Amino acid sequence: MERRHQKHNQELETESARMHHVTPPAIYFGVFAALMALTAVTVAVAYADLGWLSTPIALVIASIKAALVILYFMHVRWSTHLIWVVVIGSFVWLGVLFVLTFSDYLSRGITLA
Amino acid sequence: MSAEAHTGKEHHGHPRLQHHFESMAQQHEASSLGMWLFLTTEILFFGGLFVAYTLYRWLYYDAFIAASEHQNILLGGINTAVLICSSLTVAMSVYFSQTNRQRALVWMLVITMMLGLAFLGIKAVEYHEHFEHHLVPGDHFQLPGAPHLAAQAQMFYVLYFFMTGLHAFHMVIGLGIYAWLLIRAVKKEFGPEYYSPIEAGGLYWHFVDIVWIFLFPLLYLIGRHQ
Repeated sequence: MERRHQKHNQELETESARMHHVTPPAIYFGVFAALMALTAVTVAVAYADLGWLSTPIALVIASIKAALVILYFMHVRWSTHLIWVVVIGSFVWLGVLFVLTFSDYLSRGITLA
Repeated sequence: MSAEAHTGKEHHGHPRLQHHFESMAQQHEASSLGMWLFLTTEILFFGGLFVAYTLYRWLYYDAFIAASEHQNILLGGINTAVLICSSLTVAMSVYFSQTNRQRALVWMLVITMMLGLAFLGIKAVEYHEHFEHHLVPGDHFQLPGAPHLAAQAQMFYVLYFFMTGLHAFHMVIGLGIYAWLLIRAVKKEFGPEYYSPIEAGGLYWHFVDIVWIFLFPLLYLIGRHQ
């Protein structure tokens, strides 16, 4: 019983340490600078002649920016696995929404035989 | 609030610890998890509009390019910067709660709200421009330079107004949340042991920023070089 109690207290302490993970302001300012720089890059890329690559590049830059916000500003990097599952699950469902919709629309002209 | 006083005595814990949680850390995690589950529904909520945008852009590609050329890229870019600045002040509000810097926390919340209002003000100027240039879908819609694409270009502006309008609506709700956080911060209710509302409000604000991070290239930048 005593051991169980001790173990329980240890768990609470590690839980507490995780809750009190204080992200240093230097990381916040670094992410802020990266987001500003990537915004400038995405505008520059829009004016450059990259043909069909323009949109994929713009979306990749936007995805990197979103990942930076989620991992650092939203603290997911230091969050529990449960929160990781929910975050990743969100985008899996978004993927399902896109894939099922477009597997319909993009295949409408296709006929067999 | 009597329930809180009661549990405070029973657990010898923080007065903000609700009776159904074992520790402040558990309560904090439950709060963040709940917020993330809400954001999952938000991602799919906006996701529907992004699917519609993708589909119509595929169907009406030339019209979307022509329509997006009438966007004010400078104001859209400034608004992107304004939102990134506000995300920084939101992140710093969590830091100042954790380090118990009460005055700095209040300032971060005030600056966040001012940046949010600046965003909405700039958005209002843009909407005003669209009205003046007959870019609002309906009988008076005009697309100078490509009148033959006007019918399809209206679909771009339908999606533009829906997506940015829903986004702006979220900003208004965010301002309401931050007004509530500000009042509580002025009363010094937050600190290293208890800052879950600051964290959860921040998750919401950052999510709204992420939506704009995708809206800006898709609605403003697609037609720049064709």
